[in-house]
Amino acid sequence: MKRRAFLQVSLLASGALLIGVARPGAAASHRRWAPNLYVRIDPDGAVTIVSKNPEAGQGVKTAFPMVVAECLDVPWQSVTVEQAPLDDRYGRQVVGGSRGTPDGWDDLRIAGSGARQLLIAAAAQQWGVPADECSTEQGAVRHALSGRSAPYNTLLETAAALPPPDVSELQLKSRPEEFQLLGTFVPGVDNPKILTGQPLFGCDTRLDGMLYAVYQKCPAFGGRLRSANVEQIRQLPGVTHAFVVEGTDNLDGLLPGVAVVAETWWQANEARKQLQVEWDQGHADASQDYAKQAAALTNRGGTTLRSDGDVERALADAAQVVEASYYYPFVSHANLEPQNCTALLHESGRLELWAPSQNPKGGRQLIAETLGIPEDRIHVNLTRIGGGFGRRLRHDFMVEAAWIAREVRRPVQLQWTREDDLGHDFYRPAAWHRFRAGLGPDGRMTAFDHHFITFGRDGQPVSGADLSPGHYPAGLVPNFRLRQSVIETRVPTGPWRSPGHSAYCWAYQSFFDEVALAAERDQLEFRLDLLSRSYGEPPLDLARTSGTLRVAAEKAGWGRDPGANRGLGMAFHFDHGGFVSHVAEVVADGKHVRVEKVWSGIDVGPVINLSGARNQVEGCVVDALSTAGLEITFADGAAEQRNFDRYSLLRIGPAPEVECHFIQTDNPPSGLGEPPIAPATPAIMNAIFAATGVRVRELPLSRAGITV
Amino acid sequence: MTRLTLSINGKSRSIDAPDDMPLLWVLRDKLNLVGTKYGCGIGACGSCTVLVDGNPMQSCLIKAQALQGKRITTIEGLSPDASHPVQRAWNDEDVPQCGYCQAGQILTAAALLERNAEPDDAAIDGAMSGVLCRCGTYPRIRKAIKRAARYAATERTAAAGDGR
Repeated sequence: MKRRAFLQVSLLASGALLIGVARPGAAASHRRWAPNLYVRIDPDGAVTIVSKNPEAGQGVKTAFPMVVAECLDVPWQSVTVEQAPLDDRYGRQVVGGSRGTPDGWDDLRIAGSGARQLLIAAAAQQWGVPADECSTEQGAVRHALSGRSAPYNTLLETAAALPPPDVSELQLKSRPEEFQLLGTFVPGVDNPKILTGQPLFGCDTRLDGMLYAVYQKCPAFGGRLRSANVEQIRQLPGVTHAFVVEGTDNLDGLLPGVAVVAETWWQANEARKQLQVEWDQGHADASQDYAKQAAALTNRGGTTLRSDGDVERALADAAQVVEASYYYPFVSHANLEPQNCTALLHESGRLELWAPSQNPKGGRQLIAETLGIPEDRIHVNLTRIGGGFGRRLRHDFMVEAAWIAREVRRPVQLQWTREDDLGHDFYRPAAWHRFRAGLGPDGRMTAFDHHFITFGRDGQPVSGADLSPGHYPAGLVPNFRLRQSVIETRVPTGPWRSPGHSAYCWAYQSFFDEVALAAERDQLEFRLDLLSRSYGEPPLDLARTSGTLRVAAEKAGWGRDPGANRGLGMAFHFDHGGFVSHVAEVVADGKHVRVEKVWSGIDVGPVINLSGARNQVEGCVVDALSTAGLEITFADGAAEQRNFDRYSLLRIGPAPEVECHFIQTDNPPSGLGEPPIAPATPAIMNAIFAATGVRVRELPLSRAGITV
Repeated sequence: MTRLTLSINGKSRSIDAPDDMPLLWVLRDKLNLVGTKYGCGIGACGSCTVLVDGNPMQSCLIKAQALQGKRITTIEGLSPDASHPVQRAWNDEDVPQCGYCQAGQILTAAALLERNAEPDDAAIDGAMSGVLCRCGTYPRIRKAIKRAARYAATERTAAAGDGR
């Protein structure tokens, strides 16, 4: 464990005790008060932790204070969490990569345990007893031998005068059996506000004298603006400003467009409908052309990214060769809260923003570069985020709001329409996977040949379109080859929940199903056998992966006859530190299927909040089923699906029941916002095959005639 | 501009608003009642759901003007203190993830329980199908509505007891 952290302690004028965890190297030093994270105990006993990471529904705002409450040994109800703004002292402030929990785990426990140790020392000093004779219980220090007890809030002043405990000597709880609060079901700390509609989200920001803006960009990606009828727009009801923004050449930055600003958002958007803009459209990517290019590339080899053994020879020698091709389309993040940002240029020249951003520091940097305002003159407040999924790691909406605010010199809220949102996303890229597997006489894979056709610029895969050469089944099969071809695209792409994995896991695990069937082997036995040996460095932890698959299979009653028109399907996966396997049960009426239930085996180390953990697994399963029905297509360089009428997210009816089984280990915890989604898609598709005999090899599901 | 008088959450509110302005934007931009959310503007997502005389309606589509004389309830007015059985059940099942759609979900669920005190899964799925949840909290919504039905039944029993 990295224990280079140290504790800082101070007493506030209010009498509150502050305990901070700092790490050398960042902005911290022993002299300067600059913790990564801090805990405050008020004279009335209230405990507050400052949470540096934004909350997008992943549950970090509840899980983090739970860890502090556990280690500090205080009642859960006494802890509240305060959202920190963007501040360099806090280090990484990003929602992404399922990294919040693993990154926070040590500091949160150090803060809680360190504060507890300090309060024990304070009580021991007051009572003149050895500290190791004292214990704590729910917010008080006790000395059992003398029967004395002191609530924490009576010890604050004494504690502040003591030297902070040495972090290396703290006993940090790490095993599930040591926990009292962790692993229990705790409702989200923002629930009271969510359930009563109090302001929380970016678009809920309201400032005195605030105006509302819309921003019209070229529907075709990267198009330039020739002219716009802004004078006419300025005359429309409620409109205060209408102007052209030239933009920059950075396709991930401030794109050219027209801003319309009004007293209410509705008026701005009504006025926008009268806009007449002449665009210089630039390029005209089209989905149909992509498909033709992919077909042509399939017959060529592509660039070899990895080659183990001799695939061609092993295929030639194989007792049986199984071949199949898989395709998945572009999809959108479709956050339910459309992109928005509120900005105000203060008279002092300081720019203040209220942003639902997963990566506010990146946004601040882009604004500084684009507007020429130094970063230390830009202050970003972090709001709750109405869905992240990776979309809000980009900053286009922030730089647009900042630009408009500087122009209008009043607080302004930029609110995208749904059409803007689906039409100007950083999409999850489509890809084709062509697989060939060679089977030995014993039904084991002797060769695995994979041709990956993806999207890129200048021959290099774009963001979210790359595939690691180390991805399984590399290392699980003696002869392995991965080749890659790249189709040029100008469509903006980016990370989408469990980037890459959430797309290609379906292809791999569906093909494994086909291979196991060809070998006449049971799906579970085939997969466990595949995970039982490696050739060189294993591509994933074989024992933990197999463990989740066994649990999911056992709980689903794998091996039973599910009955007529029913089928079970399974898949395993590992990504972002988490091991997850699912078994799905599907009931079919012709090609109409209902995913009745999904059993999940999950190993992410100890569970922090059982409610939050289950919620992520349930949500990932629903997201997988929803996304399997969706696609974004392009014509004339623009997205064709622009609202929920044509981009039909799953509704409640088809959502399955999800039963979660956590394998609680004392491995350090990993996040859960991403790992459950990748294996959910293939588990469901394999169950659909078992129930209907239809092997889905192209998404969305409608291509196979399947409805849910 | 028109002078509108609307009954919102039990209070009469007078506002000057453009003639055709949908209720959603009167709520959000004129009255700062931001609990009602914009999601699509075409009545496809249900994030903007409010109750009009107790019935769920999508406020992005209805003109505020047409609602004068009607009783409008937004998420802010469902109960004074989050004590409505649906709100309590929603917390106890910990339904929200990001939370953006939840106002629409909660109001639609509250209206369902007014007409059907004990809805089964089919009735729940039918009534709730107009409100999208991108985070996928649907399994919990089903559970929470059944829990809310139990809370409401307990409240009715208690109220009947008080009346004796």
